[in-house]
Amino acid sequence: MSTTASTHTPGRLEATLRAQRDAGKKCLVPYITGGLGDDWLASLAAVIDGGADACEIGIPFSDPVMDGPIIQQANDIALEAGVTPESIAADLRGFESPIPLAFMTYYNIAYRMGHERFAKMLNDCGVSGTILPDIPMDESDDWISVADDNGVENILFAAPTSPDDRLARTGVRARGFVYAVGLLGITGERKTLAESAIKIAARTKDHTDLPVLVGVGIGSPEQAVEACSQADGVIIGSTVVRRLVEGQGAGAVRDLIASYREALDTAFPGSS
Amino acid sequence: MTMTDPGPTGRFGEFGGRFVPETLVPACIELEEAFYEAWADPTFRAELDTLLKDYAGRPSALTDCPRLSEELGFTLVLKREDLNHTGSHKINNVLGQALLAKRMGKTRLVAETGAGQHGVATATAAALLGMECLVYMGEVDMKRQELNVFRMKLLGAEVTPAMSGSRTLKDAVNEAMRDWVATVEESHYCLGSVMGPHPYPYMVREFHRVIGSEAREQINERHGRDPDVVTACVGGGSNAAGIFSGFVDTDAELVGVEPAGGAAVGDGIPGVVHGMLSYLKQDEWGQVLEAESISAGLDYPGVGPEHSHLAHIGRARYEQVTDAEVIEAFKLLPRTEGIIPALECAHALAWLSRDREALAGKLVLMNLSGRGDKDVNQMMEILEL
Repeated sequence: MSTTASTHTPGRLEATLRAQRDAGKKCLVPYITGGLGDDWLASLAAVIDGGADACEIGIPFSDPVMDGPIIQQANDIALEAGVTPESIAADLRGFESPIPLAFMTYYNIAYRMGHERFAKMLNDCGVSGTILPDIPMDESDDWISVADDNGVENILFAAPTSPDDRLARTGVRARGFVYAVGLLGITGERKTLAESAIKIAARTKDHTDLPVLVGVGIGSPEQAVEACSQADGVIIGSTVVRRLVEGQGAGAVRDLIASYREALDTAFPGSS
Repeated sequence: MTMTDPGPTGRFGEFGGRFVPETLVPACIELEEAFYEAWADPTFRAELDTLLKDYAGRPSALTDCPRLSEELGFTLVLKREDLNHTGSHKINNVLGQALLAKRMGKTRLVAETGAGQHGVATATAAALLGMECLVYMGEVDMKRQELNVFRMKLLGAEVTPAMSGSRTLKDAVNEAMRDWVATVEESHYCLGSVMGPHPYPYMVREFHRVIGSEAREQINERHGRDPDVVTACVGGGSNAAGIFSGFVDTDAELVGVEPAGGAAVGDGIPGVVHGMLSYLKQDEWGQVLEAESISAGLDYPGVGPEHSHLAHIGRARYEQVTDAEVIEAFKLLPRTEGIIPALECAHALAWLSRDREALAGKLVLMNLSGRGDKDVNQMMEILEL
């Protein structure tokens, strides 16, 4: 299978993840819900402290169709507290993140704000990328063009159901990294890693030189290591957010991220 | 040309599209291809026509309303979708989709339902064709429409409450989409209105086109001409799309009637949810607002994209009625014509009653999309008879 090279200039997100891969290591990208609790920046700091390579920050949306019960609950809590895209951005403006950040939300948030304004908001608060699961590449030309113009990296998805020709197009259109959906289903922890996770990571890598990270359905460091037999890294969401929703606090999140970091670094120590 | 094939992008003007997770895009493409192929296949059409005739009871009657017409001051004619098997227009779409799903090798139907009419229709089609059926219904709606919950169960379907958000139709759609994401290989999402990602808005309208086609022929035969006004209630907008499609190329005025608490066309602004770009009730940040209507079937903050387009180009207009007006109108038809309408249809009646002076002397065709049996428990508590 031939890999189609993309001609864009890598942004901060892609550069960071590539560097990790080039060093023979794996990427760890946790997700936290923006505005979940007044001290949510402490959660972000904990994720960074625990050794994440990048972080996804969720902007809560009223109808998150790709998300399971845990992230739905976090969404609801944040929305009830009056969190808005702008309030999350405002919080982030005072936060100098040493790792690249991406907003994970649904397309209507960007559409309602307007593409230009949304992109400028990302620039202003130091967020490098966007992950919008309900706008597949077929509908994303307008947004990607604005994102490219503003140096915003728009991540695209590869799913177990995607045929090869779509994976090839995804590889060209995606920026930052490709988000390989580990299973047929919505976000949430699963007892075992789906076979489809390893398969989709391998298939996606056949079609792109971008880092390929597996997300959806990863719930333990062991599963992360298993997925990374093919993938360049993993995204962990519900397992992190569950601890936040349960009020376990930043310390627990730091320890959790550190346990994934350690497992990945032990299994893939790199070529130093 | 309006109300024709939206083409591969699934756009009605600027509205529509296919805004779904990547996991579902291949399924939507597969469905689109299967629908085009089936719709052009005389064998499929004959099979569906036979079911519509021998099982659902089509063609549905066209009923003149002499007593109510006299009271209102214009000639009112009803297209009687309430007489279909399962009690509403929903069966037209469901038989089409279930046959198509079977043809595609799917073994399981997933559906959302508001008032329960689409859920009952889907459960019915699943039983008829020997398919598994799971219906998501908002927890609030399950209480409002417990009769339909029982009917679905009796028909062998599983009914799962949607516990998130407003616990009504919008949330049932979310749950159905989440289910579909996880079961896409064996399941067909039997969407109940002219909404969602392409090809649903187009496909569902085509399955309901039979309403407009029959009505056009019937009203011309009886009254010797096309109507001056064609009206129907609009939640997602499937029954309206069905009847409008028969008259969009005439001079008839097309009027959709929305609940004041869920008027996506009237009060909404373009937005993206549930796979489509359409008018949507939302806040300044793009969060979808909860609709509020006495009618569970119209309790939806969005609307099918083709209605957004028809409104945008001025081919149809969309009126709003309040719950109070609907309650009054609900009583009209039983008393004058011996027909108990669904609460959804009482919305169209409420507008007709309110605007009777402007309609004086006209020939008005209304789609009576469902019967009111399902609503009598709820109305018993409101009306003191």
